[in-house]
Amino acid sequence: MAQLALRNLVKRYGSTEVLHGINLEVADGEFVVFVGPSGCGKSTTLRMIAGLEEVSDGVIEIGGREVNHLEPKERDIAMVFQNYAIYPHMSVRKNIAFGLRSSKMSKPDKARRIEEVAGILSMTELLERKPSQLSGGQRQRVAIGRAMVRDPSVFLFDEPLSNLDAQLRTQMRLEIKKLHQRVGNTIVFVTHDQVEAMTMADRIVIMKDGRIQQVGTPDEVYHRPQNTFVARFIGAPSMNMLDAEMSDGRVIMPQGQAIQLGGLTTAQPGRITLGVRPDDLVPVESDMLIQGKVTVREPLGSETLIYVDTPGGEIVVKADGRKPPAVGEVVRLGADPANLHVFDRETGMVLR
Amino acid sequence: MTAAPDLPDQARPTSDALFRASPSRRPRNMGQTIRWLLLFAGGIAMVMPIAYMISTSLKWPHEVYNVNLIPEEPMIENYTYVLEDGRFYLWFWNSLFIATITTVANLFFDSLVGYTLCKFRFPGRKLVFIAILSTLMIPTEMLVIPWYLMSQSFGWLDSYWGIMFPGLMTAFGTFLMKQFFESVPDDFIEAARIDGLNELQIWWTVAMPLVKPALAALAIFVFLGNWTAFLWPLIVTNSTDMYTLPVGLSSFGDEADVAWELIMTGAAISTIPTLIVFLIFQRFIIRGVVMAGLKG
Ligand SMILES: Nc1ncnc2c1ncn2[C@@H]1O[C@H](COP(=O)(O)OP(=O)(O)OP(=O)(O)O)[C@@H](O)[C@H]1O
Ligand SMILES: [Mg+2]
Repeated sequence: MAQLALRNLVKRYGSTEVLHGINLEVADGEFVVFVGPSGCGKSTTLRMIAGLEEVSDGVIEIGGREVNHLEPKERDIAMVFQNYAIYPHMSVRKNIAFGLRSSKMSKPDKARRIEEVAGILSMTELLERKPSQLSGGQRQRVAIGRAMVRDPSVFLFDEPLSNLDAQLRTQMRLEIKKLHQRVGNTIVFVTHDQVEAMTMADRIVIMKDGRIQQVGTPDEVYHRPQNTFVARFIGAPSMNMLDAEMSDGRVIMPQGQAIQLGGLTTAQPGRITLGVRPDDLVPVESDMLIQGKVTVREPLGSETLIYVDTPGGEIVVKADGRKPPAVGEVVRLGADPANLHVFDRETGMVLR
Repeated sequence: MTAAPDLPDQARPTSDALFRASPSRRPRNMGQTIRWLLLFAGGIAMVMPIAYMISTSLKWPHEVYNVNLIPEEPMIENYTYVLEDGRFYLWFWNSLFIATITTVANLFFDSLVGYTLCKFRFPGRKLVFIAILSTLMIPTEMLVIPWYLMSQSFGWLDSYWGIMFPGLMTAFGTFLMKQFFESVPDDFIEAARIDGLNELQIWWTVAMPLVKPALAALAIFVFLGNWTAFLWPLIVTNSTDMYTLPVGLSSFGDEADVAWELIMTGAAISTIPTLIVFLIFQRFIIRGVVMAGLKG
């Protein structure tokens, strides 16, 4: 049974619709990450699940019961905010205890539970401090502790790491993932950082303009993007998109090369977009896909990004860092046909 | 001061070097001099009335109209006279009671209304806010007559309630609190909502502690305003027993002559509670309380 289900969820602010029917089922114990560009409706979705925003249309179910009209506290959820929102006038212990206010636990049980949570988050010695005496990472941990202490059936995180510096963010990312493996609650996590999404999620939900673009494991969304938006959004640097034509079931490249591809869902002749990741392009002698002149090199250590000017536009290639082609050199690039993505140029939908 | 570290003799700065190293001892430029002078003048302007108040309270009646600051024959009898007059204590109590109740009422109502106007979205919110603000444009002098007529009809003349009711909630306080609640991030309120608090609890346990500096400032304003209020208490009270301290003090003396030395004595004594209130509440006026729980 799904722990959390969204059925045809719609949100309107006045006459503007910002969510256009979200459908999603989240299994018990699953770690789901919502990702998408700014303004796509991630926070709105999360806040509707939390009960902080009214549902305009559709149904939200948590643990099998409809919660549309329940107060946040009755939904058995907990939320961690981007700004932490821990109360500055209360000690860490009090802040965490706040999460237990509506619980029916006895006093000693509550105290034990707070100690336990503090132990898990390794901040037992911080319990008597005030938030102003904590670092950013520690504050975020207090916020997580306040959410954890109630053992909710669904944890909601709204960009909890975006205020931390890069190093701390990587560390907290790992900590949250470990925490999830340890406590096993269902987690819905919102971010606009695709690396965060890829590294933490069991399943990623990619959103754009109030619509879900694709739902899948990190592997699926990376290797089998359903449309050009997902293809470009996931993976860094972004997938190269080349305009091409399709005729007789073959893809004709801008420079005239024809490639035979299997598994196409349509053989209709027409304009297509051919997607290929920078990692999948390799210098070749024969079976060339495209060629062009190297304009810029960006050494990253183990590999070097090279920018190649081609008739189909500029493309990025991840080259071996030890012997990258020189600027000005003409390179012939090819790719394993299995790693090519074919999209309809009009609709952006995948064709195989 | 920490002890000077043991330096080799050559490294020890000579007094000459020290003097040259501190140019800030001399005023740096004209601008600074002018600033100091202005501050000095401001300081004098504020201290002089207080100095004269104390000076006059130590003078004999015949000397009151001399402008000398040091009384020729200082005497303390004015104080014993005022403190032995039983009415003084009654007025003092009246003022204290009224100012305290009014302050508490303002802290409660202004912040409750300010919070509601700031954090809730409901139809007519802007209109209510503008209506409250627009009352700021009407001076007290214009309101005392309607207040008086109203008090007369309700039978509130010459009563504590009559003195207090116009000030139990103020537009200024409401505005002040609303502005301060703007600085309380919605995340706090939503977090509390998820933690299971009802709206009144959120206001009281989460929002109010975060605006303590504003509450302290408001408490000082309201207390001082009511402690020194004169016009309305004068109009609404009839019996000497209901006078507040300023009204009572002004009644010292007789029709022919105002007893300034006694009025100043009473005024000097009556500044004590305002000092106490100020000392209590100014501790809370510390900035930056709100931000501490957010991203650092
Ligand atoms: N109170 C509101 N009134 C009107 N429109 C709103 C309101 N709140 C949000 N929106 C709109 O809803 C859309 C989705 O907003 P939302 O906050 O969910 O975006 P998001 O995906 O969380 O973006 P970000 O990554 O910037 O946080 C935006 O276009 C926003 O302008
Ligand atoms: Mg957001």
